[in-house]
Amino acid sequence: MYRPGDSPVHRLPPHCKILAVLGFVLAVVATPREQMWAFAVYALLLAGAAAFAGVPYGHVARRVLIEVPFVGFAFLLPFLATGPRVEVLGLEVSQNGLWGAWNILAKGTLGVVASILLATTTEPRVLLLGVERLRVPPLLTQIATFMFRYGDVVVAEMRRMRTARAARGFEARDLRDARILGRSLGALFLRCFERGERVHLAMLSRGYDGRMPVLLRTDASGGQWAASAVLPATAAAVSLAAWMAQWTLL
Amino acid sequence: MHVPDGFIDAPVSAVAGVIAAAGIAVSLRGSRRELDDLTAPLAGLTAAFVFAAQMLNFPVAGGTSGHLLGGALAAILVGPFTGVLVVSVVLAVQALIFADGGLTALGVNITIMAVVTAAVGYGVFRLLVRVLPRSRPSATAAAFVAALVSVPASALSFVAFYAVGGTTDVPLSTVVPAMLGVHVLIGLGEALITALTVSSVLAVRPDLVHGARGLSEPLRLVVNEPRRPEEAAS
Repeated sequence: MYRPGDSPVHRLPPHCKILAVLGFVLAVVATPREQMWAFAVYALLLAGAAAFAGVPYGHVARRVLIEVPFVGFAFLLPFLATGPRVEVLGLEVSQNGLWGAWNILAKGTLGVVASILLATTTEPRVLLLGVERLRVPPLLTQIATFMFRYGDVVVAEMRRMRTARAARGFEARDLRDARILGRSLGALFLRCFERGERVHLAMLSRGYDGRMPVLLRTDASGGQWAASAVLPATAAAVSLAAWMAQWTLL
Repeated sequence: MHVPDGFIDAPVSAVAGVIAAAGIAVSLRGSRRELDDLTAPLAGLTAAFVFAAQMLNFPVAGGTSGHLLGGALAAILVGPFTGVLVVSVVLAVQALIFADGGLTALGVNITIMAVVTAAVGYGVFRLLVRVLPRSRPSATAAAFVAALVSVPASALSFVAFYAVGGTTDVPLSTVVPAMLGVHVLIGLGEALITALTVSSVLAVRPDLVHGARGLSEPLRLVVNEPRRPEEAAS
């Protein structure tokens, strides 16, 4: 998902960006759903951030598809929910359900787009360094690092097994074929576990003592903190304004 | 299916985050006992395995396909605490690097898909292994039931979060049966793959199935009386 680039957003330290996205999404989630204008402002903010980072909109749009299963669920809500009914396009649906569907679509999409922008402008390796800077236990970030580092190896191993199965005329047709897949998974687990043992021994022999050496400093200057605070601060202000509008309405 | 942002309201998401953090903190401590000295590479490779296993789609019925959650499988293979860590890391990486699942919903996702599946799956597995006769088929059956129960349990815990912090009033009486029905079906696929995987690992390296430790007889060193070379020659 990462797209190399040299925009100011790319250059921001990873932990600043993670906190910025988290703050932004929190502000979005906390916004009352009846204030539709607020969500339009959030979308504009993200569009501005994408333009500033030089991320093409098509790149974002293609990856938003990951939330499709939940969009399907959102479209079911107006029919499932209770409460007063309203008529839309000749169908009688629940008003509350409509609001719920809108709520999920708007907030979910904004959240996905914000996460996509983060992952597009930050290298995964650097992203994990940022997580470590946020005082997440180093064991967790190390597990994540190894998972990421060997993910491609393991997936390639699985593809080779699939090729081998296909070469022997296997094609998964129904549930009975699960026996073969289960056996492949068992073999894959053994290969992963044994590779883990080998990697660990190799690391021990090179002086590993439970900590990874720091190869890349990711210190943030005051200016960078301020720059990364622009997005969440604006979002928080919008969220507050939305609440004020909500209260004056009531 | 990872829960996106905005599905559960902010306060309940925060509570879920606290539950998830507590689960991970307990697991960090507990996992040191599970793998002799818990090593990041070993757990990382197991996480990569779960990640890859989730990409393995199996056909269910009518052209639809399902994929593994992997919580019960990981807990049975490497132990419940390491299982929680491994699946949590997979979920976090998916949210952070692949934008799959909302960042504010990460607590909910970790609680329902890592903590609940690992705890329920491992609990059921150990209970059955203790009750059933000590053999490989019964361990396989135990893995089947454990994985089968873990999926609806995860769905129910999601419904619980939804009942407290859901952003829409959907009557629970329609949600619960629908969620349970769908997830028992999903659970059957999960159970089949989990049982077959555990069974095939048991056949080759029974020492690597954490949940079935103590199931097989410990190996004994048998020393025969050494024979002298002249005796052998005569």
